[in-house]
Amino acid sequence: MDILPYTQTHKDYRERLKDFIAREVTPNADRWEADHQVPREAWEKMGREGFLCPCVSSTYGGMGGDFLYSVICTEEMAKTNQTGLLSLLHSDIVVPYIEAYGSEKQKQKYLPGCISGQTITAVAMTEPGAGSDLASMVCTAEEERGEVVINGAKTFISNGINCDLVILAARNPEVDNPHKAISLYLVEEGTPGFKKGNKLDKMGMHSQDTAELFFTNCRIPHENRLGEKGAGFIMLMQKLQQERLVCSLWALAIAEYTLNYTIDYCKNTHPLGKALSRDQSVQFALAEMATEIKMSRAFVEQIVLDHISQEDVVMETSMAKYKTSQMVHHIAGQCMDLIGSFGGEEDCPISRKWRDSRIMSIFAGTNEIMKGIIAKAMNL
Amino acid sequence: MNFQLDKSQKEIQKAAREFAKGEFDGDLVLEEEKMGKFPEKIRKKAADLGFIGVHYHEKYNGGGLGLFENILLAEEFCRRESSVGIALMLSGFSAECILRFGSENLKTRWLPMVTKGEALAGAAFTEKMAGFDLADITTSAKAEDGGWVINGSKNQILNGSTAGFYCVLCQTDPEARPPKPKSLILVEADRQGLKVENIRNKLGMRMSTTADLRFESVRVPYENLIGRRGQGLSQVYSFYNEAWILIASLALGTAKGAFSKAIDYVKKREQFGRVIAKFQVTQHKIARMASRIEEASAFVYKTATDFDHGKNRLAVGAMAKLCACQTAIEVTNEAIQMLGGYGYMREYGLERFYRDAKAMELFCGNTGFLKDIVNREILGNAKYRQ
Repeated sequence: MDILPYTQTHKDYRERLKDFIAREVTPNADRWEADHQVPREAWEKMGREGFLCPCVSSTYGGMGGDFLYSVICTEEMAKTNQTGLLSLLHSDIVVPYIEAYGSEKQKQKYLPGCISGQTITAVAMTEPGAGSDLASMVCTAEEERGEVVINGAKTFISNGINCDLVILAARNPEVDNPHKAISLYLVEEGTPGFKKGNKLDKMGMHSQDTAELFFTNCRIPHENRLGEKGAGFIMLMQKLQQERLVCSLWALAIAEYTLNYTIDYCKNTHPLGKALSRDQSVQFALAEMATEIKMSRAFVEQIVLDHISQEDVVMETSMAKYKTSQMVHHIAGQCMDLIGSFGGEEDCPISRKWRDSRIMSIFAGTNEIMKGIIAKAMNL
Repeated sequence: MNFQLDKSQKEIQKAAREFAKGEFDGDLVLEEEKMGKFPEKIRKKAADLGFIGVHYHEKYNGGGLGLFENILLAEEFCRRESSVGIALMLSGFSAECILRFGSENLKTRWLPMVTKGEALAGAAFTEKMAGFDLADITTSAKAEDGGWVINGSKNQILNGSTAGFYCVLCQTDPEARPPKPKSLILVEADRQGLKVENIRNKLGMRMSTTADLRFESVRVPYENLIGRRGQGLSQVYSFYNEAWILIASLALGTAKGAFSKAIDYVKKREQFGRVIAKFQVTQHKIARMASRIEEASAFVYKTATDFDHGKNRLAVGAMAKLCACQTAIEVTNEAIQMLGGYGYMREYGLERFYRDAKAMELFCGNTGFLKDIVNREILGNAKYRQ
């Protein structure tokens, strides 16, 4: 059942990436998890070997690949049992803003570093008081003598500590309509008034350097605005389709990894002289999970095709993000139960997958927000 | 069935609630849970106030009360801090084997150690290559010169590296035909030849240790036999029945604690111009969580009451654990969803409740095993037509 039209070049790329991961990522995953941080060199190595931003145009040093390269990177990185080298966030969520809305000058300035891994990116939307309700953000950007002055705080920002460049959403305090008040800005690490807060201690995604960001009279040049003034909300909405699609692919790949591990475990563990997988209830549980995953994959891959054809699949992407994020966590929990007490130990990779996957139905729009979007699209 | 708490039970509940409120320091728990540190100071205070071993007879320094009173404590402690509640209430895990089956000497010697907070107990039953039903365990105890010589390995033992003594399930008649008779033998932690290995890094229940044990010709006196020789397995199952009800109550308390945290949050958190408690979807989630908690409460209370009246059934104990752990997982998971990103942050505590709930599901019998136990009573003895 091949839905996605992978060419030989795609397949070779996937093999090269697998090789890179086996050399540079998997052996370090546990250490990064324990350190709660990924060294910058890991990003640079990944960039150097061509696995960051594969879709960016060759004009800026990229491969100019199609979206299938993003799919490949997301899927392979999902299996690495670490989330600090969160290339999908950088390559498929943040950098596309620069490529789509940046001026020529901005693109020339930033894209080559994004591709090489020397510039690690983050996107800052969520605030302590504005999560699901993005429009209620209070971080302000005021124009003053050719400069923009930013004040406010952002939270739950992935790559928050490592990032060199932040795409920041902030509002113009003079405009009341929240949908017209928000603009996007490029803020560089080291800009006076921009401070990174503490790394946040989370249930999972331990290697991911999620942090708070603070802006206090942070002045950036006028030309660091990304896209039209006041168009921030629309740009965010436009890019959320791909963000949620990538999250779905990610969740799906983790679910597949989890199931495969558990199948292997159940086949090779013989507590009573009989493999666990000979138990009928274990077989049915694995069969149910495999079915759910296969059906989700067919749906998500169809969306990938539609997304590549630039169709509006906002509703379908919201459905996929809701369903896959719920599925992956549920499957991880069920697999732990099949594995038994070892499933509840950190030495079992599924334990980490369970902790990591819990956030997936919360980030990039909670499942409640997804259902709201779906209901709206259904004209309810 | 009357689940109205009587006056003294209400007092116990209130005392436990106040103790937890006063003594369980949230910031400290946040740090120590991460490091996997047993709450030694709290345990000592709890012991001084008589919270450990309320179901032991007074002559062993216990409270002379029942399992019902014990689960009231478990519930209250877990409501406040699930990890602490679990560590305290399972600090004597397996000592009930001595309480129910042990000789007067063993009871007098060891039970006060538990209630006074001087020793933790470890249930050394499970082994790597044997299933959870324990039929195939291979650790052996050979009767020799008036004592036992124990050899073998035990896997994933709660309080493994912190216990003062273990109740060890051993084969005691190597010549017998399978299923070989088994016996429970008490082994003090400082016996020569007993080695603690491989302290486990766990997902939840992290304030209790879990480790593997190795017995290399460990010698203990014959009197360390708990109950009757050859009756070890049925004694362990009898203990499991009580343990499952206790774990169910820990899970119930965990669910209730997470529920309160979620309620507090949704009443305050505003999004889209109103507190999120005003959204119908939030309200219905709350209703669902509350229903699950009521179900589990009724079930766990009934099961504990039955147990105290001698009407204990292994299958019902298993069902109580299944039911309460599922409730705890569902409620804590939903509570996290309500808090959104904050629910995922360690600082807010809910994710710890969720990890503990999940760990309890896997502890002392996973879902598949417990369902087998339930079934043994329902279909197990039926004759099937081929």
